[in-house]
Amino acid sequence: MIEFRGVSKRFGEKVVLDGLSLVVPEGQTTVLMGYSGTGKSVCLKHVVGLLEPDAGQVLVDDEVVNELDYEALMQLRGRIGYVFQFAALFDSLTVGENLALGLRRRGLDPGAVTARVTESLDLVELPGTESRYPAELSGGMRKRVGIARAIALKPRYILYDEPTTGLDPVTTAAINDLMIRARRELGVTSLVVTHDVRSAFAVADRIAFLHEGRIRRAGTTAEIRATDDPLLREFIEGALTGEAV
Amino acid sequence: MSGPREFLTLSGRWVVEARRALADGPTWRGQLFPQMKKLGVDSVPVAVFVAVFTGIVLALLSSYMFTRAIPLYFVGTLVAKAVMLELGPVLTGMALAGRVGANVAAELGTMRVTEQVDALETLAISPHAYLVTPRVLAATLMFPMVTALAMAVGLLSGWFTAVNLLDLTSVEFLRGARQFYNFKDIWFGLVKSASFGMAVATLGCFQGLNARGGAEGVGRATTRAVVLGCQAILVLDAFWALVLL
Repeated sequence: MIEFRGVSKRFGEKVVLDGLSLVVPEGQTTVLMGYSGTGKSVCLKHVVGLLEPDAGQVLVDDEVVNELDYEALMQLRGRIGYVFQFAALFDSLTVGENLALGLRRRGLDPGAVTARVTESLDLVELPGTESRYPAELSGGMRKRVGIARAIALKPRYILYDEPTTGLDPVTTAAINDLMIRARRELGVTSLVVTHDVRSAFAVADRIAFLHEGRIRRAGTTAEIRATDDPLLREFIEGALTGEAV
Repeated sequence: MSGPREFLTLSGRWVVEARRALADGPTWRGQLFPQMKKLGVDSVPVAVFVAVFTGIVLALLSSYMFTRAIPLYFVGTLVAKAVMLELGPVLTGMALAGRVGANVAAELGTMRVTEQVDALETLAISPHAYLVTPRVLAATLMFPMVTALAMAVGLLSGWFTAVNLLDLTSVEFLRGARQFYNFKDIWFGLVKSASFGMAVATLGCFQGLNARGGAEGVGRATTRAVVLGCQAILVLDAFWALVLL
C-alpha cells in the first residue's frame, strides 16, 4: 500500500502540496486527477524518493520513504516501476538495452534478461523492436516501451505519469488497455497521474481529485461520477463555470 | 543553483555520492572504455592541431628573441621546456576543456531535462556510478595520454620549423633540447594534465546533472562547464607550479 500522510512541498515561494493525504489501496488502480501544474507528478516523485517532502510522510509497504537509507531506498525502487510522461527512454541505448539495463542491475543472467525483454515487448505488442533506437519510434510506441521497461522488472507497484497525454484516441485506448492488463495479469498496484478524464474512468478503481495541494475529493469511479462538487463536475464535464480561476 | 549555500550542499552530497559510486564497480566498469574512446581518442585530432602550431610558433618566437643575444641552439631548449612543462598540458587541457566539458555537460544536461536521469534512479541505478564515475575516470586517464602525444607532436613541429625555416641543424636543435632536460619536465606535465582531466569532467558532469529548464538550461550548463573548466585549468596550473616546482 502507498500512503501520503500530510505531505507538504514547496518550490521557492510556490506551495505545491499542502498537507496532502491519500491512500492507494493494494491491488487497485488509483487515478490522481487534477488541473495542469497542481503537483500530480510531484506526488509520484515522492513515492520513489526523487523528491523529499518538506513536511509529512510518504509510506510504501509501511516504510517511510523519506527516512530510508540509501540501500533501503534502492531496494524500495526495485519494487516500483515508473512510467514517465515522455517515456524518458535512454536515447543512446536500443529498446532492448533500455529494458535490459534495470534487469541486469537486479543480477539476472543474460538468458533470463533476454527472455524477460522479449516477454515484456510482446506484452506491449511491440515484438521484434529490440534493436531499434528510441528516435526511430513514434510517441505511442515510446510510451509502450516505457511501460514495457516498467513491467519487465515485475514490480509490485507501477506509477504512471500522464500515460496518455498527447496521444491519438486509438493509441490512448491501447495504453489504457495495457494499464488494465498490467493490473489484471500481473496484479500490480497502480497510481496513475492524468488530466485525461476518459482515460481515468477507463482504468481507475478509485479516483482522487487534487486541488490547491490537497485531495478535494476521493472515491470510487461511481462516486466521483455522481459528485455534486461543482469544481470536480466542471473538471469532469469540461464545463467552463469559472470555479477553477 | 541559487547561492553559495546550495552549491556547498550539492558539493558535499557529491563527495558522498562519489565514494559510493566508486565502490559500485559493476555499474561503471562497462562504461569506462567507451568513455575513454569518446573523451580521449576522439580528442586526438584537436590536440594534435593545437600542438603542431604551438611548436611552430615557439620555434619562431624563440629564434626572434635569441637573435644576436643567445646561441640559436637554445631554440631547442625553449621549445622542449615550454612544450613539456607548460604549453603542452595547458593548451591541450584548454582545447579538451572545450570539447570534453561541453560534450559531457550537454549530454548529461539533456538527460536531466528529459528525465532520463530520474529514470536511471527509478531503476535503482545511481547516476553517479553510471554517468559520472566513468567519465571522470576516463578523462583523468586519457588527458595525460593525449597530452603526451601533444608534447611529442609539439616538439616535432618545433624541430621541423627550426630545421626548415631557421638556420639550425637537427643536431643543434637536439643539443638545445637536451641541454636542460630533466625527467621531471615530463611527469610534471602529465600529472598536471591528469588533474585537468579530472576537473574538466567533474565540472561538466556537475553542470550537466544540475541543468534545469529545457534547452536554454542545457545551453547555460554547457557554457558554464567550459568556462569553469578553463578557469580550473589555470588555477590548477598555478597550484602545481607552487607545489611541485
